[in-house]
Amino acid sequence: MAYRSYILVCGGTACESSKANAIYESLLNEVDAQGLSDEVQVIKTGCFGFCEQGPIVKILPEDSFYVQVTPSDAKELVEEHIVKGREVKRLLYDKEGSKKHAKVEDIKFYQKQFRIVLRNCGFIDPENIDEYIAREGYSALEKVLFEMSGDDVIQELRTAGLRGRGGAGFPTWMKWNFTKQVKDADQKFIVCNADEGDPGAYMDRSTLEGDPHSVLEAMTIAGKTVGANQGYIYIRAEYPLAIHRLEVAMAQAREYGLLGKNILDSGFDFDIEIRLGAGAFVCGEETALLASIEGERGMPVPRPPFPAVKGLWGKPTVINNVETWANIPVIIMKGGDWFSQIGTHDSPGTKVFALTGKIRNSGLVEVPMGTTLREIIYDIGGGIANDRKFKAVQTGGPSGGVITEEFLDTPIDFGSLQKLGSMMGSGGMIVMDEDDCIVDVTKFYLEFSVEESCGKCAPCRIGGRSLMNILDKITKGNGTIEDIEQMKEIGYAMKQASLCALGQTAPNPILSTVKHFEAEYLAHINDKTCPAGKCKSLITYNILADMCIGCTACARKCPTAAISGERRQVHVIDQAACIKCGACFETCKFGAIEIR
Amino acid sequence: MAKMTLQELRKLRDSKKTEIQKRDLSDKETQIIVGMGTCGIAAGAKEVLDTFLTQLEVHNLNSVVVTQTGCMGLCYVEPTIEVIAPGMPSVIYGKVDPEVAKKIVEEHIIHKRMVSEHVFDRPSVDIIKDGGK
Repeated sequence: MAYRSYILVCGGTACESSKANAIYESLLNEVDAQGLSDEVQVIKTGCFGFCEQGPIVKILPEDSFYVQVTPSDAKELVEEHIVKGREVKRLLYDKEGSKKHAKVEDIKFYQKQFRIVLRNCGFIDPENIDEYIAREGYSALEKVLFEMSGDDVIQELRTAGLRGRGGAGFPTWMKWNFTKQVKDADQKFIVCNADEGDPGAYMDRSTLEGDPHSVLEAMTIAGKTVGANQGYIYIRAEYPLAIHRLEVAMAQAREYGLLGKNILDSGFDFDIEIRLGAGAFVCGEETALLASIEGERGMPVPRPPFPAVKGLWGKPTVINNVETWANIPVIIMKGGDWFSQIGTHDSPGTKVFALTGKIRNSGLVEVPMGTTLREIIYDIGGGIANDRKFKAVQTGGPSGGVITEEFLDTPIDFGSLQKLGSMMGSGGMIVMDEDDCIVDVTKFYLEFSVEESCGKCAPCRIGGRSLMNILDKITKGNGTIEDIEQMKEIGYAMKQASLCALGQTAPNPILSTVKHFEAEYLAHINDKTCPAGKCKSLITYNILADMCIGCTACARKCPTAAISGERRQVHVIDQAACIKCGACFETCKFGAIEIR
Repeated sequence: MAKMTLQELRKLRDSKKTEIQKRDLSDKETQIIVGMGTCGIAAGAKEVLDTFLTQLEVHNLNSVVVTQTGCMGLCYVEPTIEVIAPGMPSVIYGKVDPEVAKKIVEEHIIHKRMVSEHVFDRPSVDIIKDGGK
């Protein structure tokens, strides 16, 4: 008999790290103990996206959305919900403070989302190819193998208007077409760029973990279209779960004859290998990535020639990012016209964002292009955590910039973000509140780019380091007014002269923040103060004599014993010994510590 | 399974599709809610639930979802079930055994006729409210 209930347990990295695996095992045991294994199916799926509330367990057909579940809740969930039909109210998603029945469709986090890339994430078991196939999986490949010509496929992508989701937004059909048009190549290659490395970004990782077959199917489609028989997935070794799920998926696809020789008796051969990256950011740049696959040091080379014509081992190579690949089967299945109606004219389709930072509902969200930042941050994200004030949102990671309050209503697509001095990037979105110092955050991003620079070209290697020194000087209170001009000058030079996108975009965080938050830079330079109270050299902690009751709590917390004072007497901080860690500030219950 | 041909892949997809569609709630129009409180279970609600699931499969009714709930309060006529179908008033049936369940599927769900002798509660709905529709 068919199953009557389904228990979906989130198996994304975020939930796995909070014991989702143990929850899954306990649920299996409990269902078994009740003798319900034939009626109730327990499934470990990919990421549900609502990571803030994880680990998540969803029970169907009631559509009950259980959050922050622990392994010890498994018994109650099975005994109450499955056996007796009573929802376990204390675990349901808390909507505005009332543990009411929260159906998924009622949850604001999901209401403005539109899931193409994440269509199967949180719905199917990624380690079971049958479930992917049941969701129209591999039917796009069928079409491409038996019904469509290569030109048809490219025409469909052109109609769809799909642009590369790795950051630059290059039209996908053009890339494929360049490779297809090379006639005299004895070999061509297909590559998946899964070297996601922006701080705070985990879109590609979750896609591979939740729906690995969508990428395998898409790469096979590309192979058939351009005439390639070998694909590579370049993924960083620090994504063990994604690698495991890919390996399982590839083994299953081979067993079914969906990868390997003579796929579905069509006469077409295609196989895929995984290449593990060591986690160097620059290897996300396509020419460096290809060098790394070849076993060379991961350094970019000047383009042209582009990989589409001269790529892996000098052969024409189609290289796309994970999210781009995951769109392909849907476009083939539903048609380019369908796809082009979603999103904006400039950028059709959807975009997946990893929403993090000072936001209430951090998580993985997929929205149509053209959705405004305000909708993402306030409607989906639930606004700023702890009722602080919004300051800015950073998009595009170390290559992007900040967007301020006044631009929150801009519909986002590749073009509009660029106009605002930021960029789409791969989809990291970090929200900052009034407690974040803009100079400090900028320094963090620049530090990242400087550390990840491969050092091959001078503008990036030297320019980045010089910018770093200036920023460091400013945060220490030694900045001068000329520094701002000099940073701009170095920044523009790097943009013009660097070899690859890493160096060309590394100054973006500086250029964008100098433009939008000049006053905050000036406060650091002229007044030697840090308005957010983050730059340690510019702040001092002091005890307010009229507020201090002499409870000694701060003195006991201070790691350097810089606070002295008798019981019930006003305490004093020895500024020479103070390391400005903020422990006293956090500890004081009487508001007697001030940051100046 | 060995390597597949196109026909085999399509066959596999069709056979798995019905199963996975059950997880998709967006196309479900009709809902059968089975009261699974202690009283309901003691009176045989579990068999009734199973009968509904089998019957839906027999008649290939993919747009119907069977969910469960706790006690509905009509413990004297257990097992009780509620049917919410488009174009029909929602009703609660009582004293439902597997035979009655079969009848409910055939009459109420397929032919849109209520099984009057088992109707035990009908929320009094204002039929004028929706413009008399």
